[in-house]
Amino acid sequence: MSKVSMVLNGKPVAADVEDRTLLVSFIREVRGLTGTHVGCDTSQCGACVVHVDGKAVKSCTMLAAQADGAEVVTLEGLASGGALHPVQAAFKENHGLQCGFCTPGMIMSAVDMINRHGAGNLDETTIRHELEGNICRCTGYHNIVKAIKAASDQMAGMAQAAE
Amino acid sequence: MAVEGIGARALRKEDKRFITGKGRYTDDMVLPGMGHAAFVRSPHAHARVKGIDASAALAMPGVDAVLTGDQLVGDGIGNLICGWMIHSKDGSPMNMGGWRALEPEVVRHVGQAVAVVVADTPAQARDAADAVVVDYEELPAVVDAIEALAPGAPQIHPEAAGNLIFDWEIGDEAAVEAAFDNAAHVTRMEIRNNRLVPNPMEPRAALASYDDAEEHYTLYTTSQNPHVARLVLSAFYNVAPEHKLRVIAPDVGGGFGSKIYIYPEEMVCLWASKRVGRPVKWVSDRTEAFLTDAHGRDHRSEAELALDADNRITGLRVKTIANLGAYMSLFSSSVPTYLYATLLSGQYDIPAIHANVKTVYTNTTPVDAYRGAGRPEATYLLERLMETAAREVGLSPAEFRRRNFVRSFPHQTPVIMCYDAGDYDATLDAAMKAADYDGFAARKAEAASRGKLRGIGLSCYIEACGIAPSAAVGSLGAGVGLWESAEVRVNPVGTVEVLTGSHSHGQGHETTFAQLISERFGLDTDAVSIVHGDTDKVQFGMGTYGSRSGAVGMSAIVKALDKVEAKAKKIAAHLMEAAEGDIQIEGGELKVAGTDKKLTFTEVALAAYTAHNLPDGMEPGLKEGAFYDPTNFTFPAGTYVCEVEVDPETGKTEIVNFVAADDFGKVINPMIVEGQVHGGLVQGIGQALLENASYDENGQLLTASYMDYSMPRADDVPSFKLTTHETLCPGNPLGMKGCGEAGAIGSPPAVINAITDAIGSNDLAMPASPEKVWALYRSAMREAAE
Amino acid sequence: MYETSYHRAGSLAEAAQLISNADDGKFLGGGQTLLPTMKQRLAAPSDIVDLTKIPELKGIREDGGSIVIGAATTHYEVASSALLKEKIPGLAALAGGIGDPAVRHMGTLGGSIANNDPAADYPSALVALNATVATSKRSLSAEDFFVGMFETALDDDEVVVSVSFPIAQKSAYSKYPNPASRYAMAGVFVARLGDGSVRVAVTGAGQNGVFRATAMEDALSGNWSPDAVAGIEVGADDMLHDIHGSADYRSNLVTVMAKRAVAATG
Ligand code: FES
Ligand code: FES
Repeated sequence: MSKVSMVLNGKPVAADVEDRTLLVSFIREVRGLTGTHVGCDTSQCGACVVHVDGKAVKSCTMLAAQADGAEVVTLEGLASGGALHPVQAAFKENHGLQCGFCTPGMIMSAVDMINRHGAGNLDETTIRHELEGNICRCTGYHNIVKAIKAASDQMAGMAQAAE
Repeated sequence: MAVEGIGARALRKEDKRFITGKGRYTDDMVLPGMGHAAFVRSPHAHARVKGIDASAALAMPGVDAVLTGDQLVGDGIGNLICGWMIHSKDGSPMNMGGWRALEPEVVRHVGQAVAVVVADTPAQARDAADAVVVDYEELPAVVDAIEALAPGAPQIHPEAAGNLIFDWEIGDEAAVEAAFDNAAHVTRMEIRNNRLVPNPMEPRAALASYDDAEEHYTLYTTSQNPHVARLVLSAFYNVAPEHKLRVIAPDVGGGFGSKIYIYPEEMVCLWASKRVGRPVKWVSDRTEAFLTDAHGRDHRSEAELALDADNRITGLRVKTIANLGAYMSLFSSSVPTYLYATLLSGQYDIPAIHANVKTVYTNTTPVDAYRGAGRPEATYLLERLMETAAREVGLSPAEFRRRNFVRSFPHQTPVIMCYDAGDYDATLDAAMKAADYDGFAARKAEAASRGKLRGIGLSCYIEACGIAPSAAVGSLGAGVGLWESAEVRVNPVGTVEVLTGSHSHGQGHETTFAQLISERFGLDTDAVSIVHGDTDKVQFGMGTYGSRSGAVGMSAIVKALDKVEAKAKKIAAHLMEAAEGDIQIEGGELKVAGTDKKLTFTEVALAAYTAHNLPDGMEPGLKEGAFYDPTNFTFPAGTYVCEVEVDPETGKTEIVNFVAADDFGKVINPMIVEGQVHGGLVQGIGQALLENASYDENGQLLTASYMDYSMPRADDVPSFKLTTHETLCPGNPLGMKGCGEAGAIGSPPAVINAITDAIGSNDLAMPASPEKVWALYRSAMREAAE
Repeated sequence: MYETSYHRAGSLAEAAQLISNADDGKFLGGGQTLLPTMKQRLAAPSDIVDLTKIPELKGIREDGGSIVIGAATTHYEVASSALLKEKIPGLAALAGGIGDPAVRHMGTLGGSIANNDPAADYPSALVALNATVATSKRSLSAEDFFVGMFETALDDDEVVVSVSFPIAQKSAYSKYPNPASRYAMAGVFVARLGDGSVRVAVTGAGQNGVFRATAMEDALSGNWSPDAVAGIEVGADDMLHDIHGSADYRSNLVTVMAKRAVAATG
């Protein structure tokens, strides 16, 4: 057992957990935030993607102890002050989800993708390639790709308007 | 939100909770004091269980109990069932072996459960399950259906001699014989439909609890049909009587058929929760899902098509061997029979058809319905035959199909189905136009200049949805009725709750069903909520599968709405002293035609509940229920065109264009329907290019994780071009047909027809892996050079 | 996963101390291979020692004619390094194709090469670029470092500190991914080194892990063009074969990937 502390969705949290506790178990079971999902055992489906220190990682492939001292953001922490993040809104607008199970990871990966490439810089080929680590069985990806592109373009527009 | 009726691209009401992380799936549920289950599973495909030593496991920290099959049988828990009786052509009933939720004697596939551990944490339960020592005596195993039928093959169930479950036929053998005797041309093929693993992204899970004082069980589970689960758990597994068992299917992360069945694990959790005296949760990991979720497809067929001198089809003969795995799962017997052979006529006028289907036990995971269930197998077989025949006789694939289309309705096929409506020319034309079929030659030449092989393939599918009517399927062996129920409750303030027996696990019922009410009463969709998935809340229902929620589930709602509307009009007429026939409903108001007299829907609802002034003899309240039993199947149909580029150096196929032209009848929400098609197409493309459940000869599943089972990723597939053509289904009030499975049914042959066109060689089996395509193209080139 | 004890090392000395105290300890980089293996209960180290916070293991810098990359540098950092994109673009591109974006944020160079998975990408770059591996104890050439499938020359308590890649005149990597796992079924790294010599290293395909395709090297030395390698087959004898690809197919892929890698160098 070790004490693990982190800032989770802006809030400092700490708990004593077995060293083998995965970050996803810490989030779901210890902290009760069930928006992050587990869809595989081999680090491929991406249902578990969260941001650790601003970068997308698979929370099923990281020990909670590795995230000790880090800032962690899950899907629950993405909306600010009641307003949906543009990526969340775009998933709804473009019907980018059906059963919703892959959605947390898809949205967190999409936000990370836009952060890395810069808003407005994503084309369909890049988006599809960037989604290599996120599997969806329902949507056929068509509307997920559309949603990410729309969010990316919209965020570019917002950034421009702010200038 | 707004008033969004039939045909509106209404955004989904359910999305908010999913995009903010507030969805509630089974694994998200926590009950006070709950323990966790882990199963002890057979590492062997076929073995005798000689003993189970749980002493070490029981001594481990946190462990409550290790339960085995002997205890389960001792407690009177029943065998798993198959719900559809099929008789062989000699009249004998199918040969069904016993299936116990925890096997005490002989395990028959890798991953079959022999014991369960309940402990304080999931990790403790897993640790202890690993410490249970099972003494197995290995037996020879067989995984291939044809080998399982061969003399001397290992015998899997004592009840099924030679591993044959049934030998069934449909159609007129003599008429087909005659057609082939007189044929001007015969096209013959061997066709394999690869075994798939459904893989909804949410693995199965169960959380069961037992209330000692009330002698009452509650089960949260990942089910497409909670009422059917409760019925089976009660009536057949003897867990508890129905009124002492509540089954809740909360948010469910996809199903595709695999969450229809009532599996051993869910039932064991219920039973164990009473045994250990605490709630018990089990969550499948992905490898368990690969080993125990019912697989799909796995057919081997010989198919022959007879043509006359005008290239009209005169006969179709099919012999199919279907691998059902180690046990007969709930609908396993109906899939390769009534859901398969009845669709072999496709969109074509074929005077004589005969199909013989043998189903076989093997030491593999049980096989049951997976998206499309039987219809993809039929469509793949027929549409590959059609394309091949067209090439052989030198007609264009489109012209050959046109020459054989059914054009007058109703059309009775030789294999039970009676097609009620359709326009196959319209969808073919629409697809060819959207695909710019005429420009293909130029695109092929351009691709060749880049060293790529370009090909184009067609597929004209038909499917039968909303299996019905109950009396008809009952006469064919179904163990349940296939109707649906609905209850529409108007609250005193005029908001509406709709209770439906359908279940939504991604299909968007909370939105589309609300659109029906919005359309009917002119109410805001926000004023409507849809209740489903809880046997305590909703009247009995049959759940969601076979693309039935629209044509059957929504028809039940329409019937209930009719009753609500009639009563509301009566009340309004009474209050406004008008004739009932003059009352019109518009924009949330009930108006007297030709006057300015009106009442809001809310006022009428309130009047129904205050009951101060109702017509003489009328009961208070505004709440109506309906059961809807369709008169026939519905028949969605369409044409898919796939265009590919094959890299001759690696054999890799890229889908460069894909067009789907579908006729789903009336569409309530085009956005949601398109989403269903996209998802279905990618599952079909996955089958065609990537997915395959592969066993070694000892029965070990070689593709038991995403490391080896190729799931379609975003960069494996293109964006799609969709178009629809509408012919209304005359069999239900809205004219709907169903859209959930079409994509998975129609796409595999389009893909394979395109690849074989590109490489100029027809001997290609799914999945068309790069290596297969590469090797085939190389040998075709070599032959051409010789 | 079996229970284990997690330790975070602040220095190389502490890492050595922690591992020597453990019954059956293992070093942890980004954990993108070790953790999945432990989750499947295929590995059960008593202790894991996290190396990623040791300062000497971080960073990418130019040193003489080489680029030195700290072992705890993530694939993402390598892929997005402006220095590498300019000096050894093939290496940056290779790192940008490992796993998926989330895996690249965690996975490290040191972790990847210490594991020496036969389907991993990095070993081909180390061998083709004639890199030198600096460990907590010594320096080793890449070819001495990689011993065989999942085997390296590392002692149990020896830590990879950094890898020094000589700046090449030309470099590129081309891989054909396994359709399911997306690991390399055949990955070929081609390089023309600073002294003009040519190296071609192949990963994913060989039974003994990474190997050099010397016939291709000879051909490219005289004629740096895709055509030079188009006719050269490495042969199926020592190739891996599984449900995703036969030895023949992998041998073909090696030739095709070599061609494409050469073409990518422009
Ligand atoms: S659960 Fe993390 S990648 Fe699948
Ligand atoms: S929406 Fe169901 S898995 Fe993606």
